[in-house]
Amino acid sequence: MDILDLKEIGVRGVNSALHDLELSRNKSYRIDNPMGQHSIACGLDAQMQVQIEGHVGFYCGGMNQQAEIMIKGHAGVGVAENMMSGMVHVSGNASESAGATAHGGLLVIEGDASSRCGISMKGVDIVVGGSVGHMSAFMAQSGNLVICGDADDA
Amino acid sequence: MCGIVGLYLKNAELQSQLGSMFKPMLVEMSSRGPDSAGVAIYRNPVESSQIKFSLAHSNPGFLWETLGANLSASLNCEVFTSPVATHCIIITDAAETEVISWLETNYTEVRIVGSGKSIEIFKEVGPPEMVYEQFDLEKASGTHMIGHTRMATESAVTTAGSHPFATGADLCLVHNGSLSNHNLLRVKLEYEGITFQTENDTEVAAAYMTWKIRSGATLRQALEDGIKEIDGFYTFCIGTQDGFAVVRDPIACKHAVMAETDDWVAMATEFRAIAHLPGSDQAKIWEPEPSTIYIWGE
Repeated sequence: MDILDLKEIGVRGVNSALHDLELSRNKSYRIDNPMGQHSIACGLDAQMQVQIEGHVGFYCGGMNQQAEIMIKGHAGVGVAENMMSGMVHVSGNASESAGATAHGGLLVIEGDASSRCGISMKGVDIVVGGSVGHMSAFMAQSGNLVICGDADDA
Repeated sequence: MCGIVGLYLKNAELQSQLGSMFKPMLVEMSSRGPDSAGVAIYRNPVESSQIKFSLAHSNPGFLWETLGANLSASLNCEVFTSPVATHCIIITDAAETEVISWLETNYTEVRIVGSGKSIEIFKEVGPPEMVYEQFDLEKASGTHMIGHTRMATESAVTTAGSHPFATGADLCLVHNGSLSNHNLLRVKLEYEGITFQTENDTEVAAAYMTWKIRSGATLRQALEDGIKEIDGFYTFCIGTQDGFAVVRDPIACKHAVMAETDDWVAMATEFRAIAHLPGSDQAKIWEPEPSTIYIWGE
């Protein structure tokens, strides 16, 4: 497993390494010190495993295709936004708009998701271990949103 | 935009580190609010017979000691002045209303930015890190702090339009968002005898809280009424003598995240502000719910 230290190389350094398909395809990565930064592991387009050791900011795993992304902590706004395929797994809670507009793949949130979970979803499967906030699956067109807890008012 | 942050220390042993723990929180929110910044710090509570004022003047060379001597002679009271940059903390045993009317008569250009037993408010235009450093807050001890980094959308970039806004004794408010009924509400509050220093929407929210609390409401009641009467987008963080409160509008589209450990409670517009705190990796983290009032130290 390759280790990418975000504190050392920044978000751009982490994402550049993951986007280098000649090197990153079918590999496993561990991202240390995410420090709540935005857009970590966005736009991946190859089979690979990415494990993020802590809490992330906005849009983590956005536009994902094929990759398996494990977030060991809290995910900020728009986790797995517009995911096409692959998987994003959050071990903690997620902020609003988790899986927004996503076309495919699987988003798993072990804790609670906030408002607008799966807003305008277009084919993604989302499983939330806890509850979701208001306007979840608003404008949903296709896909499945499974909520193990409660859903707030629309 | 705008960034707001709050930090409340549950573990008293950390109080000497409050200023250094809070600095990276505020600085991390610079990209959300590069225009101006402000903080409220709760520290060094005064005696029960005394009151503490946070005053500001646009001239950094303003002679605060002279003001203090004049105040002392006029009202026959004790006055202690602690100037820092464009601000000065004044502690006196005179009655609050007498001090306010004396300042309004004799020093019209001096602005009262806060008052109470322990609150001190500092705010200024400029990058947040520079503002924080000019008020010498990095080594500050205290129990809790709230702060704001401003990207102005509703009114001019001025020191007076910077947050926090005082809302009564030891109370102040910072805001991320924009209000839509502030002009109507301002007229209504002016009828109730509230005066305004700016055209700022947040000042109206602060004035609303001031009016409610002055009318006998508790902070919780004032916030509950505010949810009904204040229209617009907002995440508010309200500093109180013993802690802070967080409330979001019913739509809740202005970001907010909260985190708690055994040692502290923190709120911020984005988690990256909280990520600098020791123990944040093991903290309980969640997004505050809409129309829900969270209060620590009630």
